Amino acid sequence: MSAGPTPPDVVVRAVDVRKSFGRLEVLRGIDLQVPRGGVLCLLGPSGSGKSTFLRCVNHLEKIDSGSLEVAGEYIGYRRVGDHLQELPQRKIARQRTSVGMVFQQFNLFPHMKVLDNVVEAPIRVRRESRAEARAHGLELLERVGLADKAQAFPRQLSGGQQQRVAIARALAMRPQLMLFDEPTSALDPELVGDVLDVMKQLAADGMTMIVVTHEINFAREVADTVTFMDDGVVVESGPPAQVIDHPTNARTRSFLSKVL
Amino acid sequence: MNETPTRDDTSRSEQQARSSARPALTVRPLRHPWRWVCALVVLTVAAAMLSSLLRNPNVNWPVVRDYLFAPVTLDGVVVTLYLTALAMVIGIVGGTAVAIMRLSTNPVLSGLARAFIWFFRGTPVLVQIIFWGYLGALYPTLQLGIPFTDVVFLEGRTSDIITPFLAATLALGLNEVAYAAEIVRGGISSVERGQTEAALSLAMTPAATMRRVVLPQAMRVIIPPMGNEVITMLKTTALVSVIAGQDLMTNLQRIYSQNYQVIPLLVVAALWYLALTTLLSLPQAWLERRFGRGHLAASPSMWSRLLGLRARRTAKEA
Repeated sequence: MSAGPTPPDVVVRAVDVRKSFGRLEVLRGIDLQVPRGGVLCLLGPSGSGKSTFLRCVNHLEKIDSGSLEVAGEYIGYRRVGDHLQELPQRKIARQRTSVGMVFQQFNLFPHMKVLDNVVEAPIRVRRESRAEARAHGLELLERVGLADKAQAFPRQLSGGQQQRVAIARALAMRPQLMLFDEPTSALDPELVGDVLDVMKQLAADGMTMIVVTHEINFAREVADTVTFMDDGVVVESGPPAQVIDHPTNARTRSFLSKVL
Repeated sequence: MNETPTRDDTSRSEQQARSSARPALTVRPLRHPWRWVCALVVLTVAAAMLSSLLRNPNVNWPVVRDYLFAPVTLDGVVVTLYLTALAMVIGIVGGTAVAIMRLSTNPVLSGLARAFIWFFRGTPVLVQIIFWGYLGALYPTLQLGIPFTDVVFLEGRTSDIITPFLAATLALGLNEVAYAAEIVRGGISSVERGQTEAALSLAMTPAATMRRVVLPQAMRVIIPPMGNEVITMLKTTALVSVIAGQDLMTNLQRIYSQNYQVIPLLVVAALWYLALTTLLSLPQAWLERRFGRGHLAASPSMWSRLLGLRARRTAKEA
């Protein structure tokens, strides 16, 4: 590992990240960086490893080798000499407070009302007072346009509304980094726009984001960097005007010609 | 619309004519005349059976009446309820622990849980009851100390420590732990993996994730079979009469072994067990509603459950 200390303005730094499921190597040496306030869109065909990589960033998946740092910390590990020692769950949980995640299937807690979904972790994990957490939660629900649904159960909301609650829930932990795993893929087409609008606003407010998506137009508009992955490696990476509009790699071109 | 050019008033009168020719029709549900016939037959047969039982002199109803609310019966009822409650508390608390152990990635914990379930589910509960009741035959004295040393904190005769009631509680409770563990494990497994991932991504610890997110959702799947377990347990407590457990069955058996009124006293037992199981099935409906929150399917109300009716879906909870 020749990499030196992470500069303070880099939120995510991946160096030669490798990961296998059994004999299948799904990540074959990923290197990338996301600066503070940067928006990275990960594109690529299904099975290219982009979701797996995203899940490694907050240690929902373990990596086999390489290193992954978020805000200067190895997520899930502690450096001991020249190797990374996996941490106990309790400490990993503490590291995850700085990373929010939004899932394709929303994964709201169905037994809790919307506001309770949002305040659960701030109260339990961040030890915020109930009043403080509720005030912040309502403010976030306002931001995603759902303040009037605070007392509804998730089942009573549309998919797009559920996903916006999920974004508010992740933001309630005041993360430094937000991960989006195909946030609009499970939505009806007419509901996609509302969710993307919330994400655009978030990017404009300066949140550091990694977004796995198939929404090419969103990537073109919002991303600072578009990274195209295929078969477990980064094929091409750069500003959207370059990667989306003038791809140099044949695999990128072939993928974009199918989705555009 | 029409081929010939028409003025507004003609088309309106046409519509009126059409609607008077075909008035709005009311819709009636399918009739079920045979249901009434069947109900009548069933009621007649049931009445005949009941009347033959009531008029059967061998039942000896005066004896039933004398013992139905006798102190000895009521004492037994109290013990039976107490034993059921204790065994179920041990079963549910222990079962949840064993289920979580069984699902643990720690091989020592999951191995222990597997072995426990294998043993207690694999031997008859009657054998387990007798075993605990006659533990003194296996270990005449019990002592608490540090193994392989001479340090002893407590020591006593087994028969003094393990009373019949304690033996019954241990036997039924530990047996129930094994069954409850499998029910809880099924409930936990029924909760989507995404729920755990969402909770972990919110920096919740695995323990908090289990307690706040997974178990409350698992309850929806756990409660119906667990309600069954409570009712089964209430009846299974009758087995502890083999070690003189002081329960309802023990007390009634003691009476009929003296007065030979076997049938009337078994009728007393049956009436009490039926009444108690009926009562115990009531809280289940409430619990099912409580933990079904946020889900569309309405659970049956208390009364429909009691009468065994099928609940209609209500839009209220949607």
